[in-house]
Amino acid sequence: MATSYNPFSLEGKTMLVTGASSGIGQTAAVELAKLGAKVVVTGRDVARLQETLDRLEGEGHVQVAADLTSADGIGALVEACPVLDGVVLCAGRGLLLPLQFCDGDKFREVFDINFFSPVETLRLLTKKKKVQKGGAVVFVSSVGGTEIFATGNAIYGTSKAALSSAVRFYANELAARKIRVNSVNPGRVNTKLIRSGKLSEEQEQADIAKYPLKRYGEPEDIAHGIAYLLSDASSWVTGQSLVIDGGLTI
Amino acid sequence: MDINTFIDNFAGQFDDTDRSVFTAETKFREIDEWSSLIALSIIAMVDEEYDVTLKGEDVKGAETIQDLFNTVQSKKQ
Repeated sequence: MATSYNPFSLEGKTMLVTGASSGIGQTAAVELAKLGAKVVVTGRDVARLQETLDRLEGEGHVQVAADLTSADGIGALVEACPVLDGVVLCAGRGLLLPLQFCDGDKFREVFDINFFSPVETLRLLTKKKKVQKGGAVVFVSSVGGTEIFATGNAIYGTSKAALSSAVRFYANELAARKIRVNSVNPGRVNTKLIRSGKLSEEQEQADIAKYPLKRYGEPEDIAHGIAYLLSDASSWVTGQSLVIDGGLTI
Repeated sequence: MDINTFIDNFAGQFDDTDRSVFTAETKFREIDEWSSLIALSIIAMVDEEYDVTLKGEDVKGAETIQDLFNTVQSKKQ
């Protein structure tokens, strides 16, 4: 067999990764570059974005600093983007808050970055024809809000549930352009998003015990699922939510 | 900061435990109704009422309501 056979390769593809200055977004950018992609990394923090860029293997990667909670920021990013083969919408935040403290402002703060921002980014990218025919889009959603309804997680979960629903609408409409749209839906992953400090060490250990594989995810666990959904290996997969959760939702 | 108001706010996070149960010396984690949800609610209440960000470990490290009041007070300064 030819040694070059690898349907999971991202060689020759250009990918945009939002939220690339930390967490799953940063690791996704690193892994996609390892698989051969040219990566456009975006995030708010210029210094941390540069750190991501410095970690990318290969040539031709670029960074675009942008605040994706503002229409201007999204507009500038889309303007700066080359035509893309793949888009990974990672930017997001967590919030652990019991329901009686979840007022409209708290909902809006989280929905702005977790839902409105990725949806608007994708709208503009497709409107400006920045996603190639045959391209792939991956939203980073969550098992929270569709499978898991943990205490204090209502705002985060509902924002991700909206995103998981959007995936199917976008997959349906963008199929006309042969653009595939899927999501990865992780359980808790070891990034600063889950380190609000509101859970004690003891509570966290009790939570980890609920995972059949007895650990939280690592960013690489999620990045590899993203890479699959961007590669030609998933050419006939669209409108799907790939749960990556150590067995939590079994 | 007033300890009595703090105890009122603290007690307000409970549904089934009578206000009279709560004093500065109450060992709150020994109350039957105590739960991880109430722990999160205490953190949210302190953020809302006192503009102080408590950690889960701060709540765990306090034995009595007075202890937690002292922690909030020291973080406020």
